[in-house]
Amino acid sequence: MTFETPTEPGTARRTRRARSANSLTRSSGLGLGIALTWFSLLVLIPLALIVIQSIDGGWETFRLTLTNPQTVSALRLTVEQSLIVTLINVVMGTLIAWVLVRDDFPGKQLLEVVIDIPFALPTIVAGLVLLSLYGPTSPLGINVANTERSVFLALLFVTLPFIARTVQPVLLELDRDVEEAAASLGASRFVTLRRIILPALAPAIAAGAALSFARGISEYGSLVLLSGNLPNKTEVASVRILTYIENGNEAAAASVAVLLLLVALLAITILQIITSRVARRG
Amino acid sequence: MGIEIQGINKNFGDFVALDDINLSIPTGRLTALLGPSGGGKSTLLRIIAGLESADSGVVEIEGIDATHLPAQKRNVGFVFQHYAAFKHMSVAKNIAFGLEIRKKPKAEIAAKVDELLKLVHLSQFAHRLPSQLSGGQRQRMALARALAIEPTVLLLDEPFGALDAKVRKELRDWLRRLHDEVHVTTVFVTHDQEEALEVADTIVVINEGRIEQVGSPDDLYDKPASEFVLSFLGPVTRLRGELVRPHDIFLSRSEIPSAVAGTISRFTRIGFEARFDVTPADGSEPVIVEMTRNEALSEDLKPGDAVWLKHVTGIPATR
Repeated sequence: MTFETPTEPGTARRTRRARSANSLTRSSGLGLGIALTWFSLLVLIPLALIVIQSIDGGWETFRLTLTNPQTVSALRLTVEQSLIVTLINVVMGTLIAWVLVRDDFPGKQLLEVVIDIPFALPTIVAGLVLLSLYGPTSPLGINVANTERSVFLALLFVTLPFIARTVQPVLLELDRDVEEAAASLGASRFVTLRRIILPALAPAIAAGAALSFARGISEYGSLVLLSGNLPNKTEVASVRILTYIENGNEAAAASVAVLLLLVALLAITILQIITSRVARRG
Repeated sequence: MGIEIQGINKNFGDFVALDDINLSIPTGRLTALLGPSGGGKSTLLRIIAGLESADSGVVEIEGIDATHLPAQKRNVGFVFQHYAAFKHMSVAKNIAFGLEIRKKPKAEIAAKVDELLKLVHLSQFAHRLPSQLSGGQRQRMALARALAIEPTVLLLDEPFGALDAKVRKELRDWLRRLHDEVHVTTVFVTHDQEEALEVADTIVVINEGRIEQVGSPDDLYDKPASEFVLSFLGPVTRLRGELVRPHDIFLSRSEIPSAVAGTISRFTRIGFEARFDVTPADGSEPVIVEMTRNEALSEDLKPGDAVWLKHVTGIPATR
């Protein structure tokens, strides 16, 4: 004689639901697996290695490297100039995106293409262009070679498209209805811009700013020719890393790299917070 | 008073959107601008709101010449087909927007927003974002936002056009009741004749940039000024070359002198309505006849039966 144990319907349902919430289907599991492996191989493992390498020489190397006056000066120059350039890009990039989306003028197509040149140009070519334009033999009579200005100009050049290009599609998607609604409710153009349009663009501006800043602190090719890489004056972090490697001090190079990494992470986090604040305040 | 429109013209390039429009819209009433898409009705509404400027002509709102006033200064509430919600603001913030930029005291704004949330039945959604609302709820929010500024006139551009049929019908009834409560001069644009007939006090039929007829729903239905109005406001069929309403045709099994003889070629039932296609004996296009289901059943009509058709006298048909 066999007895069937009655299963409690409630429990059965609960377990089933619990499983479906936690488990992935076969195909999405495979997708996630491939994505994670790929991401690990290309990003996580190299990053982990850099961190390990930086503390390979012990904390002392790490500390000494990052308190070395020349390194500090290079890091400060890099971060300062990247910040200034990014702030300028926030204004100019948004303005360029606005002009490209909202205005019609002869040569618009051309401008669309020209904007991407800093993206497409090999950075060393950009460096050459900048050197011939703003170097000692400048046809404009502007010589910024071997000054902080050279770093600033080079960064401004290479980061120009970032914000314009991230804001542009969002601006295209923005409903004109919404602006008309604001106008009919009595909002001036300025109020509409501040309270309706900018909050809608804020995430895109922040994303572009993050890209622009990250590019700024990592830039090498475009500024290396014009800046002259003078220690304590025009030497940037990436050049400093190269110097360390050329001197065989890989642990020190990795230390600077890790610090740059942290700065980039911090910048992205701060921008995220600002974005969500702006969006919420509206 | 109300809205006075004189000699409005508007062209978009070669396309004539509005051709010498003259119209008086009475204060406190609900007026529908009805017509096919591309007929100019939305353009006219946008010109009243100041969102579009006319090439020539005058717009007066409650006695004030508004022709050259920007939209911001017209004190007009505008509701868009696709809600135009401020996506990053909560429902309450959306409604408060017009009051906040007028720098009203906080307490006054809060009280007004509260009152409007109740009016549009969205009190429990005050802190949600528009994306968390259904289409019908979003449109009610947009309406509350427009009403918050206590507009001189309320303008709605195809307000229910993006909603599904059931919600559209609910909102239509609700708009009518709301208007009976707040009495603000209201103009709404629609291409749905049923919507206009059901909701509006006055209907303005606009086609190809011109006004075809202005009148009450009954006027327009019973005394259409043109074939266009007749055919746009409801179903029509041709009997002896005349345009008539299918439900104004008397269908008889026995011969009537001077009636059109024919044979039932098709019978369709749509709910309580019965529809017959009758092919005239002279072989011309089938005539459509409509009656209630009960009438059709009591006569036991079926395809193949010989019948006689007569336009019921007393109700005019246009030629």
